[in-house]
Amino acid sequence: MKTPRFIPILALLGVVALVQLLTLASGREFYLTQLTMTAYYSLTVVGLCLLMGFAGQISLGHAGFFAIGGYTSAVLTTLNLSAYRDVTFVALLTRLQVLSDRRDLYGGQVLSVHPWVACGIAVLLALGIAWAIGIPVLRLKGHYLAMATLGFGTIIYSIVLGTQRFGAADGISGVPLFPLLPGISVSGSSSQRIANYYFAWGLVTIAMVLLVNLIHSRVGRALRAIHGAEDASNAMGVDTARYKLSTFMLSAVLAAVAGVFLTHFNGGIGPSEAGVMKSVRYVAIVAVGGMASIWGTLLMSVVLNFLSLRGSFGSYDDAVFGGILILIMLFAPDGIIGADLRNMVKKIFRVFGNIRK
Amino acid sequence: MTELFFQYLVAGLTYGTIYAIVGIGFNIIYNTTGIINFAQGEFVMLGGMTAVTLHGFLPLPFAIFGAVLSTMIIGGLIEMAFIRWLVKPSVLRMIIITIGISILVREAALLLWGEGVRSLPYFTGNEISALSIGNVRISPQVIWSIGVCSIIVLFLNLFFKHTMLGREMRACAANREAAALCGIPTKNMITLSFVLSAGIGALAGCVVSPITYTQYNVGTGLAIKGFTVAILGGLGNSMAAVAAGFILGILESFSIWVLPTAYKDAISISLLLAMLFIRPSGLFGNREAMRLKDF
Repeated sequence: MKTPRFIPILALLGVVALVQLLTLASGREFYLTQLTMTAYYSLTVVGLCLLMGFAGQISLGHAGFFAIGGYTSAVLTTLNLSAYRDVTFVALLTRLQVLSDRRDLYGGQVLSVHPWVACGIAVLLALGIAWAIGIPVLRLKGHYLAMATLGFGTIIYSIVLGTQRFGAADGISGVPLFPLLPGISVSGSSSQRIANYYFAWGLVTIAMVLLVNLIHSRVGRALRAIHGAEDASNAMGVDTARYKLSTFMLSAVLAAVAGVFLTHFNGGIGPSEAGVMKSVRYVAIVAVGGMASIWGTLLMSVVLNFLSLRGSFGSYDDAVFGGILILIMLFAPDGIIGADLRNMVKKIFRVFGNIRK
Repeated sequence: MTELFFQYLVAGLTYGTIYAIVGIGFNIIYNTTGIINFAQGEFVMLGGMTAVTLHGFLPLPFAIFGAVLSTMIIGGLIEMAFIRWLVKPSVLRMIIITIGISILVREAALLLWGEGVRSLPYFTGNEISALSIGNVRISPQVIWSIGVCSIIVLFLNLFFKHTMLGREMRACAANREAAALCGIPTKNMITLSFVLSAGIGALAGCVVSPITYTQYNVGTGLAIKGFTVAILGGLGNSMAAVAAGFILGILESFSIWVLPTAYKDAISISLLLAMLFIRPSGLFGNREAMRLKDF
């Protein structure tokens, strides 16, 4: 019983639209704000799922890539070059629309990098760093890989926290809106709430289409082979190093894109986004979702991130994710939406079928 | 200039001893189980925190004894609850479980003790008392921490080489199946390794608490430093971890000369990454032997 690949995608779009209508009908449109943020975190998580669940490489530093995206965009778009307007180079960039004029909160003139350009730079930077880090790191396995990625995440965190330009402990605020179409922008203003919701989930849908197709392609089979037995797949002619690296880079880019847009949506970013706890949280969600199940991961990401953002876990937020990690790894290392659940559902159907006979 | 040099050197040695102890803790557990216990730094934090609390109504030596004992019990309980009954767990699974444990311990500490920074009083003298050696002034607590850590290392050495229990643990490290066939209760040895590494972590946590202070979240940082040390010395080699601990401590201490303090952590992590990429068998490790290990 093979379902066509586009059915879950359509279902996702249907649910996204349905939820929006439900919030509209019940007058709880404020939920859309958290749901939008959830979408961006989910983007990071599904990318990590491809890396962990399919290529079998753990990363405890993915919040680092999220922060690279968010902070690059935040720094570039809040940079004020007004004073250098007359320098030829700056004037040229302004002519080319790389720099754009806007008014800040107090009505002052600000000349800073256009958000689209900043986004491009952020993604390229994340790609470059993922490439540079990935080549040596992905040669490692097991504990060493875990510690190396944890180390990478910690370095990004301590750089962000220790640098004045990145706002140190306060982070960066006053990040401008991100223009999409005339009249529509990624920003926190309530008039843009519905547009932002659809834009964020649109991004997630695009990522899911990409990932689902990737998993069912030659690349996906190669990744599963690497997960199963790296040496064996290498011997069979799979270029394991290249596949691992490109998966790492893809997941880093998804995290960076999520970081860029969430920063524009929130109008700022703080060092906690780069923290080790965030990285662990992403890993926890992938683990609960069933490691090698991107739909399971997406579902759990929505549930857990939404509850966390709504403050349902109170001050036990981190403890909840720590507890989830332990419980899942002790009792259901394949996740709760993995094969077990599917088998259980099948079994129930079979029982019903027998009764009907 | 030379005085400043020696001050930095002493500071480096002090931090180096605690890194070495955490590194040895990693090694003890790694040797018997093949697991890297990501919650290793939490033992140090628990030791310091418990001792501060106990010191509220007990004299200092008893408070430290109580803290070490209770951390050992916690270490044993953690092993029994989360690790003992798993059948051949994968490395990824163990990494994630121990990370989960470290988060739970940290959050419990936050709940119990709050966010405040705590410390034990100086064992002898106070903040300003100092021993003068030539032009260099050394706080007595520095002597205490270096001394206690040396004694820990000495005792561990004697324990592993000359007692039955220590030899059984080493047999377990060399080949678990063979050890089990010889009638060594390997499961108990694993629990013992957790108890032991929790104990030395807690003791180190108490001794350095007056100088470095203790807070609920110091564990992760210490775990990364300790792991750096363990790798630097060659995973599983406790004596080399001591040398590596001093190297890291001194490097960090002198890095303040060239870099802002905020980047101090980045130094040790860069060192860790460089080490992992270039020579994962460690400075003193054997490359051939490393290839045979399962990590």
